[in-house]
Parts: sequence; structure tokens; C-alpha cells
Amino acid sequence: MTATPATPSTPAASASSSTPAPSSAAPLVLADLSIGQELARTQHEITRDTLVRYAGASGDFNPIHYNDTVATEAGLPGVIAHGMLTMGSAITGLLDALGDPTLVRAYSVRFTNPVPVPATGSVTLEVVAVVGALDESAGTARVDIAAQVDGTKVLGRARATIAPSAAAPSTVGQGAAA
Amino acid sequence: MTTTPDPAFAGRTYPAGPVHTVSAAKIGEFARATGSRSALHTDVDAARAAGHADVIAPPTFLVSLAQATEAQYIEDPTAGIDFTRVVHGEESFTLHRPVVAGDHLVPTLTVESIRAAGGHAMVATRVDLADEAGEDVASVRSMIVVRGD
Repeated sequence: MTATPATPSTPAASASSSTPAPSSAAPLVLADLSIGQELARTQHEITRDTLVRYAGASGDFNPIHYNDTVATEAGLPGVIAHGMLTMGSAITGLLDALGDPTLVRAYSVRFTNPVPVPATGSVTLEVVAVVGALDESAGTARVDIAAQVDGTKVLGRARATIAPSAAAPSTVGQGAAA
Repeated sequence: MTTTPDPAFAGRTYPAGPVHTVSAAKIGEFARATGSRSALHTDVDAARAAGHADVIAPPTFLVSLAQATEAQYIEDPTAGIDFTRVVHGEESFTLHRPVVAGDHLVPTLTVESIRAAGGHAMVATRVDLADEAGEDVASVRSMIVVRGD
């Protein structure tokens, strides 16, 4: 799978905090987040090769993810992506923005529509991750993740809870960020 | 032949185990397969520099162990689950601490609920993962829909 890195975040209406562009070089800081702020926007090309690789990595060898005959007999339009591949891929833009993937403390989704994957060529999973809520006492933010293929929503209520640093690592111990 | 999930399984918790050792190689494969590009998944030196004991798992990595644990219920013929009719409805991960290569995890499966809804059955399971000292590491919840006729 190839992923397009996030472009710099959309500046959100925030009175006093600067809004640094997220990157693995400049990890997100909780104090700099604001509701509605876009943290990641990525595109993921999914091919049959992607499905085979995920099957091997995950151990999920359900044939509806590689065999058109089995998939069609199961009432599907054809081979579909593993829901867990879509879920796992949809959070990678956020992981890049966070720098440290272990800052994700929870992640949940509903699978709302299957993702058919053609025998040749690819489908494009388009993902946007936006700050949905902030909990300063818990030191966490809820990130709402929208994921669609050809304009169809494939994940519903996709939400991650992240626990970024209160301040940038280089300034820890030198006082909290503004 | 049509079977439906036996509601009597709801609330059942299975015996814990077996112990699973988290593999650095499987973490690397999973990260590559999902496009998770952080060096912390594959470079042990980078992971240690970031304060971890070894390479760290992507957020959804534990799905494999969870599904292997769920199999003792899903594949039990007396549970009445026709896997050809199963659709994955929801999945949820709660991560109490980073999962790192070399962790010894003890999974415990609970069938949380079995509900009829519009001719289908919605089956919710939870796999709790603890370390060998009994400390909580993570919980993985899954909801599957077993289609009716």
C-alpha cells in the first residue's frame, strides 16, 4: 500500500495557540489542538496484492478476500477488502501526524459498506482525520476519521482517542506550552 | 441448513490462555500491510530511543490474536454460527499500554451479547489481554452480524 502524506493541517479558529503542521519531526501537542482541526488527509491505493499481503500479515485467510467465485457465491459484488485492512489503513495518516503510534489509546469503527477490489487495478481509500473533542483533564483528544471509496462511506463512527504530549518533547520540563 | 446463534452463550467467559508471545517479525509484516510507516514498528534502536523495550505494534495489531481467541466460540458447532453468513459489523480497541515485541499476552474471551435484529443476529465478543502478571494490556471488542434468510 502507498499512502500520500498529510498536507499541513487546516488552520483552525484558535485564539492563542500556534498550529504547527503535523509531521513525524514535530509531534502533535495537546495544547495546540482545537476542535475541527484537520490532522491528516491521506489516500491509500488498495489492490489485490494489498489484500494478499494483509491476509498473510494478519492470518485472515477468508477466501472472500481473494477468490471471486467464493465472494460472489457469498452474495458479494466480488472480492472485498478485509474490514480490518480498511480500519488499519485508515489510521495511518493520524499515526504519521502523531509521530509515535503508541499515543493512540483507543480506536473503534463500524463497517458500513464493503470495499470491492478489482482483479486488476486499484481502488482508492480516502481518509480525513479531524479533532472531534478535547478532554484536557484526561489529556486526550478524540479524533474523528472519515473514510470513503468513490464517494461511499466505508467506515462509520470511526474514532480514535489520542494522548499527545502536553508539550513538545524538547520543552518537557521547561514549562507547559501556551 | 440454517443455524442461528444460540443465545445461551451470551455472558460466557472462556478459560484464559494460551499465552501468546508478540513477534517483532509479525509487527513488521502487519505495519507494512496496513501502510503504517513509523520506524518504531521495525527499528528496534528507534523504538528503544523512544523509550520502548522493543518495536511497538500498530493500534489494530491485536486483531489477529483476538480473532484466534474468538475462534474457540465462533467455530464451536454448538454455538450455531454459520460463518458463511457472517459480516463484520464493528471493531474496537482499547489500549492500556503499548504492545511491544516480546510481550507475553494472556487472552480471555467473553461473549458479551447475542441479539436478534431484523432477522439477523448480532454477536458481540470481547477479548481482554493481560500480561503474565495479570496487568491489563488491552481489550478488543468485535461485533459480527450473522445474516438470517
